[in-house]
Amino acid sequence: MPAGNRKNITGGVVQTTLEPSGASLLEVRGLTKIFGTLKACDSVDLTIGKGEIHALLGENGAGKSTLVKMLFGSLEPYSGEIRWNGEAVKISSPSIAKKLGIGMVFQHFSLFEALSAAENIALSLDDKTPIGTIAAKAQALSYSYGLPLDPYSMVGDLSVGERQRIEIIRCLLQTPDLIILDEPTSVLTPQEADKLFETLERLRSEGKSILYISHRLEEVKRMCDGATVMRHGKVVGHCDPRQETAASLARMMVGNEVQAVVREPVEGMDKAEPLLEIRGLARKPATPFSTPLRDISLDVRAGEVIGIAGVAGNGQGEFFEAVSGEAMQEDGATIRIRGNDAGRLSITGRRMLGAAFVPEERLGHGAAPRMKLSENLFLSRYATDAKAFLGAGGLVKEGAIDTATQRIIEEMDVRKSGRDPEAAALSGGNLQKFIVGRELDRRPTVMVVNQPTWGVDAGAAAKIRQSLIELARSGSAVLIISQDLDELFEISDAIAVMHNGHLSKPLPIAEATLEKIGLLMGGAEPGHADHSMEAV
Amino acid sequence: MRIELVKRPQHSALFSALSPFIALGLTLIAGAIMFSLLGKNPFDALYYYFIDPLTGIWDPGNRWQLHELAIKAAPLILIAVGLSVCYLSNNWNIGAEGQFIAGAMAGSIIPVMFPGFQSWIVLPLMLILGMAGGAAYAALPAFFKVRFNTNEILTSLMLVYVAQLFNDWLVRGIWRNPEGMSFPGTIRFSEYAILPQIWPDAGRAHYGFVFALIAAVLVWFMLAKMQKGFEIKVLGQSPRAGRFAGFSSGRMVFFVFMLSGALAGLAGISEVAGPIEHLNEKISIGYGFTAIIVAFLGRLNPLGIVAAGLILALTYLGGESAQIAIGVSDKAVRAFQGMLLFFVLACDTLIHYRVRIVGATAKAEGAAQHV
Repeated sequence: MPAGNRKNITGGVVQTTLEPSGASLLEVRGLTKIFGTLKACDSVDLTIGKGEIHALLGENGAGKSTLVKMLFGSLEPYSGEIRWNGEAVKISSPSIAKKLGIGMVFQHFSLFEALSAAENIALSLDDKTPIGTIAAKAQALSYSYGLPLDPYSMVGDLSVGERQRIEIIRCLLQTPDLIILDEPTSVLTPQEADKLFETLERLRSEGKSILYISHRLEEVKRMCDGATVMRHGKVVGHCDPRQETAASLARMMVGNEVQAVVREPVEGMDKAEPLLEIRGLARKPATPFSTPLRDISLDVRAGEVIGIAGVAGNGQGEFFEAVSGEAMQEDGATIRIRGNDAGRLSITGRRMLGAAFVPEERLGHGAAPRMKLSENLFLSRYATDAKAFLGAGGLVKEGAIDTATQRIIEEMDVRKSGRDPEAAALSGGNLQKFIVGRELDRRPTVMVVNQPTWGVDAGAAAKIRQSLIELARSGSAVLIISQDLDELFEISDAIAVMHNGHLSKPLPIAEATLEKIGLLMGGAEPGHADHSMEAV
Repeated sequence: MRIELVKRPQHSALFSALSPFIALGLTLIAGAIMFSLLGKNPFDALYYYFIDPLTGIWDPGNRWQLHELAIKAAPLILIAVGLSVCYLSNNWNIGAEGQFIAGAMAGSIIPVMFPGFQSWIVLPLMLILGMAGGAAYAALPAFFKVRFNTNEILTSLMLVYVAQLFNDWLVRGIWRNPEGMSFPGTIRFSEYAILPQIWPDAGRAHYGFVFALIAAVLVWFMLAKMQKGFEIKVLGQSPRAGRFAGFSSGRMVFFVFMLSGALAGLAGISEVAGPIEHLNEKISIGYGFTAIIVAFLGRLNPLGIVAAGLILALTYLGGESAQIAIGVSDKAVRAFQGMLLFFVLACDTLIHYRVRIVGATAKAEGAAQHV
């Protein structure tokens, strides 16, 4: 029994440790951080025992990252106390955190793509160890933990999973007692994640402690000895995840029941006319580190939601740009929208054919941060709604735009301060609701969305997903690119997988399993995905 | 120790509006210090810079001073209005001085090479040629930027010197007035090639000032009310969102450079056809560079630029009167203008950011501090 004894400590904190002594490695009491008027962390308590894998659960914006940044010395707490091995400490910079024995693996990797793995590791070490020594040490360490790594490989050539290994090895080289992992599996295939879990169990057996940040409840239930749940900057509970159900954990995170998304299966979809047809789409890499697209073909029919799964960085961004027309094709027939050749049309031309697009980045791509919501409405609709929004000679009709803006705000329940605030003033979820609403308001016949609910709280995510399904059921074709498999299984009629710039054949949802999709995400039978799928 | 700029969560709307005035005040203080260091009475100096040129303007006999102000302000406003469009779209045209000279040269082709062609149509043609010349000259850095991804700050700036030297060569060489006593300069333009004065009885302000006001209003309208203005602002603020909207950043580079080049060229030919009446080697007293200050002092708003242009024009007039009255070098004007730009940019930066001084890194790197 890996979890060992369970014993209750003061304050109702249920804590499980390997060693019966139960000595805590890290104790946080009343930690508070204030940004302006926002209490990002409000007197947070957290205890991590030696040899414990402790989960930190919470929705986006719950204050998890702020808490972790204070533990790692990148943010200074406003008040509160951190005790390390029973002694009060002040962690004023990451180098102090490292000296204490706190290591961190970030969600967004901080690696230089043009340098080798060993060089990247050397950069983060303070001492002047020769690169050869570092490489040898890193290699030995990586094999001993079952995370094989070639220290001389260029980071730019590595998969996301391999890059994460570099981060983990880099962290382990500093022999930390506490390792903080920020959403480590969000970029991994299910199989890669399994491998990571093995490594974590191994670390636990060596007596190391791990703070595991995630919103994936199944993982937490499977691995973690204790959990702290945060909501709106406050700790709402400490619990033993093994005693909880996924539903009860979700309730603690969200604060109420999230309305389940309803997806009614439809009959005879394969006979409906394809509204979006992609034939043999290829794209050379625009920069040395972008992924080339290879021979992508896909049909999205009226009434259908097709999901595209894949680990981040496998060409999804390039694919979105190619479909949206931000990057045009040489042959017009490569992309057809409602039966019209669209490959040589710009994004405006494709919108005029009835297509609508929602990119992954909200601020700076889908919306201009310093512009008002009404101006951001005009941004993507000045051409399609020229009759309503533009007067003679390119004069902008502000009144009509304002009316439409308020209509979308109401329809999508966008929460904001002021009548027409700047896009950057909205929270991520509310801005995403507005951006999706801006396109839905047009009733597009083809809707292409990249990461519809990335960083969006559960309530807003359910609203967005439901509205996308409703759009499809009203006769439009919906294509969704997402790294969130749960989301894709929830809303798609079929799931295709993008790996290394190639797209597998879509798998009808009835046949798709997490395992099959995971194998494709990991690049099983690369280049022959089509045939393997026929065999399935 | 290092100094960091930390973005303020909110910036004060009041201070944003006050920023140009604070900058002006700080410039006056710094200017006073500069004059006392030069051994002049700072109050006298500031009086001659900012008050003396405006004394007696209510006296009808002295109205000419207002006209001189308009003459200096006209090119500043015309150029700065064009530059504001460039800067709003995140294109950094620093070469308006060159486009000003290019416009002056192109517009002078008819009166210099065809002095016999005398008709009412000469002047409109000259103005059109001037705008075309400035626009064409500004299209060069635009082309380099779009085609070769060069830095437009460098190319547009370097092209200034090309234009200056080419103009110098023209007026000393093939275009020199044979009866000009060997002075560099072309023949005097015929009366059909002269830009008329607005009220000839009161002073010599010419229609260039009217062009400046019309340009300011038209560009303001475009920026505030038209789709083109929206396009300019989106591409300037977030290029990726602009591309998502379907706007072409390459076409925008050409549009803003050629628009600002045309306005600078119009300023150039208006100057030559207006107060100077022929082309010579020193047609500009740095209007193209001073206009950069005007654009920022006017907060890149064409209507604000009209006010800013008048203020900077005053420093030119004040520089002359201070030079005569208390003998400060005319270089002091440039120092003044430079300080003004410095303070405008500093105020704008400090409204959006606050300064944080971070302690010695050695201390931060030290061992864990046990409390």
